[in-house]
Amino acid sequence: MTAVPLRLTALSAVLALIIATTGGALAQKKYDTGASDTEIRIGNIMPYSGPASGYGVIGKTEAAYFNKVNAEGGINGRKIVFLSYDDGYNPSKTVEQARKLVESDKVLLIFNSLGTVTNLAIQKYMNGKGVPQLFVASGASKWDQPKEFPWTMGWQPNYQSEARIYAKYIMKERPDAKVGVLYQNDDFGKDYLRGLRDGFGEKAAMIVAEESYETSEPSMESHIFKLKAAGVDVFINVAMPKFAAQAMKNVAELDWKPVQIVSNVSASVGGAMKPAGFENVQGVLSAAYAKDGADPQWDNDPGMKRFFAFLQEYYPEADRRDDAAVYGYGAAQTMVKVLQMCGDDLTRANIMKQAASLREFAPDTLLPGITINTSPADFAPIKQLQMMRFKGDKWELFGRIMSGALGH
Amino acid sequence: MSAAEEVVTEAPAVEAVPKRAMTLGYGTSLVVLAALILTPLFVKNFVIFQMTMLLIYALAVLALNILTGGSGQFSLGQSAFYAIGAYVTAILMEHFNVNYALTLPVAGVVCFGAGFLFGQPALRLSGIYLALATFALALAMPQLLKLGFLEHWTGGVQGLVVTKPDAPFGLPLSQDMWLYYFTLAVSIGIYVASVNLLRSRSGRALMSIRDNEIAASAMGVNVALYKTLAFGVSAGITGIAGGLGAIAVQFVAPDGYTITLAISLFVGMVVGGVGWLPGSIVGSAFIIFVPNIAEGISKGLSGAVFGVLLFLVIYLVPHGARQVALIAQQLAAKLKKN
Repeated sequence: MTAVPLRLTALSAVLALIIATTGGALAQKKYDTGASDTEIRIGNIMPYSGPASGYGVIGKTEAAYFNKVNAEGGINGRKIVFLSYDDGYNPSKTVEQARKLVESDKVLLIFNSLGTVTNLAIQKYMNGKGVPQLFVASGASKWDQPKEFPWTMGWQPNYQSEARIYAKYIMKERPDAKVGVLYQNDDFGKDYLRGLRDGFGEKAAMIVAEESYETSEPSMESHIFKLKAAGVDVFINVAMPKFAAQAMKNVAELDWKPVQIVSNVSASVGGAMKPAGFENVQGVLSAAYAKDGADPQWDNDPGMKRFFAFLQEYYPEADRRDDAAVYGYGAAQTMVKVLQMCGDDLTRANIMKQAASLREFAPDTLLPGITINTSPADFAPIKQLQMMRFKGDKWELFGRIMSGALGH
Repeated sequence: MSAAEEVVTEAPAVEAVPKRAMTLGYGTSLVVLAALILTPLFVKNFVIFQMTMLLIYALAVLALNILTGGSGQFSLGQSAFYAIGAYVTAILMEHFNVNYALTLPVAGVVCFGAGFLFGQPALRLSGIYLALATFALALAMPQLLKLGFLEHWTGGVQGLVVTKPDAPFGLPLSQDMWLYYFTLAVSIGIYVASVNLLRSRSGRALMSIRDNEIAASAMGVNVALYKTLAFGVSAGITGIAGGLGAIAVQFVAPDGYTITLAISLFVGMVVGGVGWLPGSIVGSAFIIFVPNIAEGISKGLSGAVFGVLLFLVIYLVPHGARQVALIAQQLAAKLKKN
């Protein structure tokens, strides 16, 4: 008699075990279009041709990084298939390529597509389709609207965050400053200006002069002259590299000595500081979030060592001083982290959920102390920057890591 | 420079196209039409979208073809009219909630006006000088669209998002498929009207201006009026194409209408065959699909690959698709004889 119940319990135990394992496996492995047991298909759109083709390096770095991940066994045994198309920075073409990726190539998500206008062109489509438009490669602040656009998320610190950091710095270091802003008359410049005004808050009156320029203008001289005449003693230079360099040169030529802040966009040593003349830009301030591949102080940094080793093995033709390579590497690492967090639940909804629950994640190329944090209400992964001062022929970081988020 | 000169001096001398040769034969037209109507039933939405773009660019190429092939005037500024049409449609749809179908005639009329006005000063220019003047127009347009005082309407650099229309009367068609058939209907209408225009008295007047301006005026053709009219009609059709393009792409922004677009349309016209209207769709296919093929061959060198392919086309069949069609026709005739 005793044998029967024993057998029964054994049987039920085995049954329970089978149910637990298979049921568990069934519950765990969930896929949307673009993911399977063997691969994860990721789409990307870059301006490989046209006026912004310099940014194409970002896409190439990312492709190389995913090759590295695949060579090392992939993500939970799945290989990444990275499809990167050219849009020539033309929004109509971006729409065509995005539709091709989503409808024809059946990708799981579109990752790190470049440009503000180009991403704007596909934002409605992506959100209508419910396909993640993840880690958009643009500094506009509009990628951080989880309520209106739950499928779109940015990556780099947005222009407004950066501007608020400058405002904080000025209010602390020079509480009675007269601030003058030179800005490009487009979304990039206007985002900054809005960030500055927000950052100054009640003290927005500290901004005594605002000068906008068009990219068609040959010289910044008249604007600089007006700012000087307005009695400005803190000059904030929100311009693309070429114009920023002209402006800094003009300031020096007028023998005007305000505190100068140049936006991170134009902090490139090769792209703006050198053309302006090193003797003209000593002491200029800016802010950064990523390590500079050209700066020897990172030569022994473990993260940058991994980055350099990666470039050597998987993308040897890249220039290690190119900001775009540093950028692509960091973005690709963030993507891989999110995919790892997803485990076997590779649905589009889970991708967004995991992307919105990054905690203290630090890609190799971010400055020490700067980490990526997101939440369902916060779709701005990188919000911190550190101030830096130009000395000799390179930038020197100083001060604490600052956050540009409102209310911090 | 020499290449440009060659183009300019050569094209007005395009051999007088006999009336019948401007179009396809009756049978061929039906086959093409059937293909255009039936294909979308069997392909994915993305391909339907590409086919819609194919028709839209074909319209824009057709418009240029009327101007250059018909009246012998050059324009590198078609992207400007395309942009105006796109913005008129987008602004009417998004700011005034006008029905998309009604925005197209408005876009056409506005562009006709713009083209007609631009044609006035352009009258004094000919050949490469006219090409340069229109080139300037194309260069200026994206910047004009970014102007501060227009920003309230145009959305500035950020552009405008356009809502895609659903199929009317509860038809069981996807948005893409409905838009395709809508575009097809508009395209057929414009194509038939254009063919009739070129076959009419006005068309003959245009072609006589193309072939010899002095002789034309001696025959009593009002050269100034017909030249500006050609500009206006061409701009009007381009504007309608632009409006359709805005609806299909669901987005307008200044960066979408740069000089690159104008040059693409020019390339499309040459590849399709100057003065041969059915070639417009071949030219349009060339400018849409060949860059994609080029990208597939080499990502870094896609521009160079495109250049090589274009060079091959110009070198092997200088009269474009028209020449291919003629050769095919001759072959078919030979086969029949045998």
